Amino acid sequence: MTTKVLTKKASGLSYDSKRPVWKEKPSLLYQSIKAVVLVLFSVSILAPMLLVVSTSLADNEQLVAAGGFVMWPERPTLEAYEIIFRGPLVLQSLGVSLFITVVGTLLALFVTITMAYATSRSVLFGRPVILAILFTLLFAPGLIPSFLMIRELGLLDSLWSLILPGAFGAFNFVVMRSFFMNIPGELIESARIDGASDWQILWKIVLPLSKAVVAVVGLFYAVGFWNSFFNALLYINDHSKWPIQLLLRNFVVQGSGAADQLGITTSPPPQSIQMAVVVVALVPILMVYPFLQKHFAKGVITGAVKG
Amino acid sequence: MSKKQARSQGGPVLRKSFRSRLRRDKQMLLMMVPGVLFLLLFFYIPILGNVIAFQDYQPYLGIGDSLWVGWQNFADLFINPDFVHAFWNTLYLAAWQLVFLFPVPLILALIVDSLMSPRIRKVFQSIAYLPHFLSWVLVIAFFQQMLGGAGFINNSLRQLGMDTIPFMTNPDTFPVLVVVQMIWKDAGWAMIIFLAALATIDVSLYEAAAADGAGRWRRVWHVTLPGLRPVIILLLILRIGDILSVGFEQFILQRDAVGAGAAEVLDTFTYYTGIVGGGWSSGAAAGLAKGVVSLLLIWGANKLAHKFGEDGIFAKKVG
Repeated sequence: MTTKVLTKKASGLSYDSKRPVWKEKPSLLYQSIKAVVLVLFSVSILAPMLLVVSTSLADNEQLVAAGGFVMWPERPTLEAYEIIFRGPLVLQSLGVSLFITVVGTLLALFVTITMAYATSRSVLFGRPVILAILFTLLFAPGLIPSFLMIRELGLLDSLWSLILPGAFGAFNFVVMRSFFMNIPGELIESARIDGASDWQILWKIVLPLSKAVVAVVGLFYAVGFWNSFFNALLYINDHSKWPIQLLLRNFVVQGSGAADQLGITTSPPPQSIQMAVVVVALVPILMVYPFLQKHFAKGVITGAVKG
Repeated sequence: MSKKQARSQGGPVLRKSFRSRLRRDKQMLLMMVPGVLFLLLFFYIPILGNVIAFQDYQPYLGIGDSLWVGWQNFADLFINPDFVHAFWNTLYLAAWQLVFLFPVPLILALIVDSLMSPRIRKVFQSIAYLPHFLSWVLVIAFFQQMLGGAGFINNSLRQLGMDTIPFMTNPDTFPVLVVVQMIWKDAGWAMIIFLAALATIDVSLYEAAAADGAGRWRRVWHVTLPGLRPVIILLLILRIGDILSVGFEQFILQRDAVGAGAAEVLDTFTYYTGIVGGGWSSGAAAGLAKGVVSLLLIWGANKLAHKFGEDGIFAKKVG
């Protein structure tokens, strides 16, 4: 084991890589058990992803030879992607997902920020509103009444049915509010004395200090909107309004006539086409993941979890 | 963010008249409007919509004109074998999760915490957190590609001339599959809370224990686990409140493959009875029963935690 002294921070918790004198050196058995557990867990996560990406890129010949799956494409080709993007369905569903993610996240951030700021100061009706929000963590109104509400609002088959029910989350509210409460009150008081309105204080003082938490909460909302599938199953019948997750469910998980609906009559095995759809849904998450991770390091999330 | 601090930020908390406070807080109240509107439309009004559980709800009549039937829908549920099955199956699957899922993040956290190399720690955490951010649809798709009938492993078995294994469609092993999927998706993420809690344990406690001759396992037992007790209890309470939910999307995605016998839980029963089958009132009754029981469970678990001298989830720290 290394005896170098490192004070690098890993995920917000500072660790010293020097072994304290009282800690015995672990035996070889312990070391290897630990290594096996960690390696197996990591491989189980990475292998399916590699398999899916490789298979989506593999050419016909190799796929047929390998019997359906490859771990490494020998002659990478984008043929499968060309095919899924030829028909309108995948592009449409990507458009839908992008729309609900962007609009939904902006809306959710607006609702959450205003609510969190208003309740982070002592304010009229503050307490009952906070209690009303926290109660949502303990109880759910139920599937049927929620469905009836969406129907009453005339939102069935409307993209707003995928946006509005997700426009506020109690957990994100708690994270945001506890961050706002840590902003020194003097800053806000002095701005108020200078005649700033509450909106100006929020916009010019509080938000610039809260970029990290806004980024984290925004990413959380965005991932939630991108990943949501059940609302679409409930509320959307029209194929042209399917988000990518519902498309994925219907074509890959249920495997119902993917080729027909995508207008595919050519030869590539369906596997690589299905894999391409999986990758299309996966890539945006992989793209934002480094940002999500960067903010774990700031301890924003763990801090909030500890309350 | 102590209470005292929070209070001092809002200016003097003198008893002002309602009217002057209203004037002072006008803009703040305006800021609450979007959130309050959301709560009303998508939470509190739908809660009232649960009255249809006590009605023979007919969509063309609406809530106003549908016939009242009192507790009849609930009475019907308890003699409905499908509901009874869904109920027991939910508890069965929840027990599996509690026993086999709960300890995994704790064990992973203990291993990661004991690593000396920050780099290995970081790489592992990066990998382990990732699946948490994937949708259940993607997770099931991955599992299907690996373990499904036409998946990678069975494909390889077939090529080797061996029998295939129905990982994804065998109702008997479904609880194992479900727990494995949950571990794959969320164990790494759940580890984060334990890691944060481990970091708060005072190192001098370990040092003192070691000086007194406590070995590795005794230190885990006498220092680490007591240090993690509040977090473990908190998470257990949350789990208990969630026990009737087990994992809705996961089940609805796999119910076709494995059959209703193994994959029917209270939530899927509500969905298939109410929305697919049009039995609005019995679906709503099942949903309401589940919601109320969950609330009681979480309340009871919290009471119990207070008895054991722990904070639980609501330690009167609201506000």
